[in-house]
Amino acid sequence: MNEVDLNDICREVRCDILRMTAAAGSGHPGGSLSAVELLVGLYCKKLRHRPQEPDWPDRDRFILSKGHIAPALYAVMAHTGYFPREELLTLRKMGSRLQGHPASMRLPGIEVSTGSLGQGLSVGVGLALGAKLQRKQWRTYVLMGDGEIQEGQIWEAAMSAGHYRLDNLCGIVDRNYMQIDGNTEDVMTLDPCADKWRAFNWHVVEIDGHDMEQVAAAYDTAASTVGKPTLIMARTVKGRGVPFMENVAAWHGKAPSEAELAEALAHLAATNQ
Amino acid sequence: MHNWEWRLCRDGFGEALLELGEKDERVVMLGADLSESTRALWFKERFPQRFFSLGIAEQNMLSAAAGLALAGLIPFVSSYGVFLSGRAWDQIRTTICYSELNVKMAGAHGGISVGPDGATHQALEDCAIMRVLPHMTLVVPCDYHETRKATLAVANMVGPAYIRYGREKTPVVTAADTPFELGKAYTMRAGDDLTIIANGYMVSQALLAAEELADAGIEARVINMHTLKPLDTAAIEKAARETGAIVTAEEHQLIGGLGAATAEVVVATHPVPVQMVGIQDTFGESGAPEELLEAYGLTAADIVAKARIALQMKTKS
Repeated sequence: MNEVDLNDICREVRCDILRMTAAAGSGHPGGSLSAVELLVGLYCKKLRHRPQEPDWPDRDRFILSKGHIAPALYAVMAHTGYFPREELLTLRKMGSRLQGHPASMRLPGIEVSTGSLGQGLSVGVGLALGAKLQRKQWRTYVLMGDGEIQEGQIWEAAMSAGHYRLDNLCGIVDRNYMQIDGNTEDVMTLDPCADKWRAFNWHVVEIDGHDMEQVAAAYDTAASTVGKPTLIMARTVKGRGVPFMENVAAWHGKAPSEAELAEALAHLAATNQ
Repeated sequence: MHNWEWRLCRDGFGEALLELGEKDERVVMLGADLSESTRALWFKERFPQRFFSLGIAEQNMLSAAAGLALAGLIPFVSSYGVFLSGRAWDQIRTTICYSELNVKMAGAHGGISVGPDGATHQALEDCAIMRVLPHMTLVVPCDYHETRKATLAVANMVGPAYIRYGREKTPVVTAADTPFELGKAYTMRAGDDLTIIANGYMVSQALLAAEELADAGIEARVINMHTLKPLDTAAIEKAARETGAIVTAEEHQLIGGLGAATAEVVVATHPVPVQMVGIQDTFGESGAPEELLEAYGLTAADIVAKARIALQMKTKS
């Protein structure tokens, strides 16, 4: 699939995120929209997986450590064939497999339940250690939010991944500079963010997280890096693709109204010319 | 009174891990800088490739264990109970139990008998905060043999499990061939006047108390409730029906522990008087183990005193 096609999928995924959260009446569109290219690039291009056989033993593992952007993950999973797209509108509803935060016991294809921030990278460390011990070729990817890496456990995990030289582990930080209370640098300074990971013995790749070519190249770099885990520091825009949501912290955890949904979908349709 | 041999529960844990490691390549261990004390060192020396040092970082260790379980391995994690259960509670709850992952936890240094290290290191709340978690299996073995058997047993089941034992040597009150089944209480002594339900170190005190009561013509049944979850509710209900009075004994806070768990079953099935021996909503302090056990009311004499109260209540009702 070429980058143009992937950008089409990204647009469709954005529309799905908006429809899902609007239908649910709650959810996290802001951070979902900022991670679309990172997820589409991974699921459509890099990840070795079989959506029809979610527990295929040799699959690459993906962990959504920032579990609150479940709508983005579900939309990408539906697009890659894990379940029918119609099911997306059951998000957050009673009895749905699409829980507000990913639940592994409910939905095949979710490796581990997430939603309490800061734990996913450590799970990735365990997976990567387990793969090495058993001489398995599959790789592990963990997507984190930038606000999330204020959690101390992230740095425990970063330390251990560097210590064990886990080159089969790739972390991705969705660096959109926004969290619930505002700009990350006002809430709790993260910069120099990339340097922190380098100091923990990670190979760091800094990219524009909305440029599909850069995203794909970063995943390739991670796969070919030897002796170190790779951290993709992806500069993104929270709410990307919907002008009234972009860089507005309030859209972290708020669903669009019917009117807002229509406006957003119209804008996304207009960009598809 | 008894010529019980005194041995370390953690030796039972360490030996079981060596057996498991020999038998099953999927068994791995993680340690947080306490390898010698927790006996993880034995496993590390025998199976160096399968031991992972995670440093003083319990949260990362528990979540990494979850990842190893996801990779098809059977991870055992050991540390002091305070830090294992408390420091990493959210990791155990949300990542391990909610996802029903096959992580085995061994919380050493449970109870006030940890002694001179004082309150910070005396795990007195661990059972309560582990018991409350869905999908958790929680075992509080009473001695060396039972710790070994409990360790082997949790390796044989799929799902999260937590084993809790103390730091000091405890009387060996079971034998190598005493039956042990997860979730199944073991009756150590027959009797119909009242029942003493105990776990951990307090099983030995319950046996001593029963002997003292027998001298006064009171026959106490002694139940070793080694598995706190899933709880053997049938054994508790039967004890309530057949003996009409219950005393519980644990080296743990009364709130949320064995006594509370027992009372929950008794009130729902066959209400009879229940008296509890345990820590009474307070922190511990430094001291010699035996001094602390006495000062905090965790001796056979305390069980006897509660038994007399329970029997009085039984007669009145």
